Amino acid sequence: MKRTQIYGMMAEFDTPDSIVHAARLTHEAGYRKIDAYSPFPIEALAEAIDFHPTDVPLVVLVGGILGGLSGFFLQYWIHVINYPINVGGRPLNSWPAFIVVTFEMTILFAGIFAVLGMLALNGLPMPYHPVFNVPRFAFASKDRFFLIIFSSDPKYEPAETRRFLEGLNPRSIAEVPS
Amino acid sequence: MDDPAQELINKQAPVIEPGYTFGTVTDKISSIVLTRPTSNGWFVGFGIAFLITMGLLYAVGYLFVRGVGIWGVNIPVGWGFAIVNFVWWIGIGHAGTLISAILLLLRQSWRNSINRFAEAMTLFAVACAGMFPVLHLGRPWLAYWLFPYPNTMKVWPQFRSPLVWDVFAVSTYATISLLFWFIGLIPDLATLRDRSEHRAAQIVYGMLAMGWRGSTRHWARYEMAYLLLAGLATPLVLSVHTVVSFDFAIGIVPGWHTTIFPPYFVAGAIYSGFAMVLMLAIPIRKFYGLEDFITDRHLNNSAKVMLATGLIVAYGYGIEAFMGWYSGNRYDAFLLWNRLHGPYAFFYYLLLLCNIGIPQALWIKKLRTSPGWLFLISGIILMGMWLERFIIVVVSLHRDFLTSSWGMYYPTRWDWMTYIGTIGFFLACMFLFLRVLPMISIFEMRTLLPEAEVKAE
Repeated sequence: MKRTQIYGMMAEFDTPDSIVHAARLTHEAGYRKIDAYSPFPIEALAEAIDFHPTDVPLVVLVGGILGGLSGFFLQYWIHVINYPINVGGRPLNSWPAFIVVTFEMTILFAGIFAVLGMLALNGLPMPYHPVFNVPRFAFASKDRFFLIIFSSDPKYEPAETRRFLEGLNPRSIAEVPS
Repeated sequence: MDDPAQELINKQAPVIEPGYTFGTVTDKISSIVLTRPTSNGWFVGFGIAFLITMGLLYAVGYLFVRGVGIWGVNIPVGWGFAIVNFVWWIGIGHAGTLISAILLLLRQSWRNSINRFAEAMTLFAVACAGMFPVLHLGRPWLAYWLFPYPNTMKVWPQFRSPLVWDVFAVSTYATISLLFWFIGLIPDLATLRDRSEHRAAQIVYGMLAMGWRGSTRHWARYEMAYLLLAGLATPLVLSVHTVVSFDFAIGIVPGWHTTIFPPYFVAGAIYSGFAMVLMLAIPIRKFYGLEDFITDRHLNNSAKVMLATGLIVAYGYGIEAFMGWYSGNRYDAFLLWNRLHGPYAFFYYLLLLCNIGIPQALWIKKLRTSPGWLFLISGIILMGMWLERFIIVVVSLHRDFLTSSWGMYYPTRWDWMTYIGTIGFFLACMFLFLRVLPMISIFEMRTLLPEAEVKAE
């Protein structure tokens, strides 16, 4: 079997405590291409594998600015440039009346960017993923916690990595075929 | 535990009864969708709601054939039931967003067991609300004229009109509510995908879950996006009923042209929304045996929210009456007199009884945790909030500035059929939702369990 056909080595844990502990030790041992899977968000786990994303807020900010600008200038272009109507000599650019739609468009764009941006940055939708080849992984959405060391990690060595994971006291260990 | 406030909270009924684990919480909620046989009660309930929905289709079909003349609307009361029901429904929706977004930002974790179906309630209520202005257009098939799009007539919507603001506010609200509900569902859809035994269910839930696998990296971005979405939905929900109140407040009709409208509309929206949440939660937790997840704590807290928002609404009524006298404006003064002594006075007194009088019973703690009483009081509040919109729309319009243009408004059977039909549509959607999707957020319930806590090392 060639090495590239193995996606990684996966260990299963019972409690949030044990997975956070294991993830921390794995990171300290020098493994960098690792990930953990849990049935609910655990903040300490992201810290344990040293993952601090700042991309989502940026995407939302860009969406909000785009939405606000397009909301306002849509109205400006319609009422000042394309189809001006003089109502009793009042200014065409009656911006206070444009605030509501500008605000709604800001929220609309920022919200859509938040959802689509989060999905895109996470690489979703993803119809196939190797981790699902492990039968016990079905419990990752119920009550089990999984730690994986990817085979692309420079320190990855099948026998050595398995021994390391065994030292973390997991419930089970499985090699993940890709 | 030295914190006295924390001790007080611990003394209250728990958010989730003790003894549950990640596995049992998951099984209990997902089994309703996946393994439990559909009960006869569900079929009966859905059947009735479906029949009423057919009544709605009949009423709408006849409306398309004959036009709005089949309704009771006429000059001077041109808005009638359509706008009364629109405002009523959209107000009901607000509680869902309040629970899911505002209470999330305020770290009220008790919301985790009621936010999912409250959000579903929001979506269906907004769908019901959206029907009315469109049906009221007269030529509903031209509803797309409301949106700015390049057209051969070379005209555009008038963005200085609150009615156009309303189109943007309500459609943004519907979109954001749908997105919020959907991303909340993704992890639970993955759970259903992994738990279900039927191939078809695995495929459908699998497609909807989009390959969610609970990666820590995904969760971190997910939590950030969810929090930001909550932060965006919070001002949005407050703006929606504010803009709805602008439909009235920007006009010069007596009783509408007032600055108290936005806050008092928002409070009224949350008031009626929580009443609807309770009217749904009480039977749901009974029939599906979910008393361990939707506890007395939830009933008590929701009742307190109703009490508080009800008092804000009472303040709004008080200021309206006071300004009728204090403004010195004869038309405003007449409106007050007309509400108290005019032909619709009975409904005004009924409104005061339903919205201000009876809900004061919620000061009694025993009633706040008694499902039967809460159900009854919530029903009364929903009726009261409907009457409030009826008073605002009809009483203000039917006698305005010139006595020569006074008139009366009587709803026809088609008005009633459309209104009751939307209630049937709403309930039918709720029944379907309970059957095919997890009504309680499973992954957020897991975070409430004591075993979810990661101890510091």
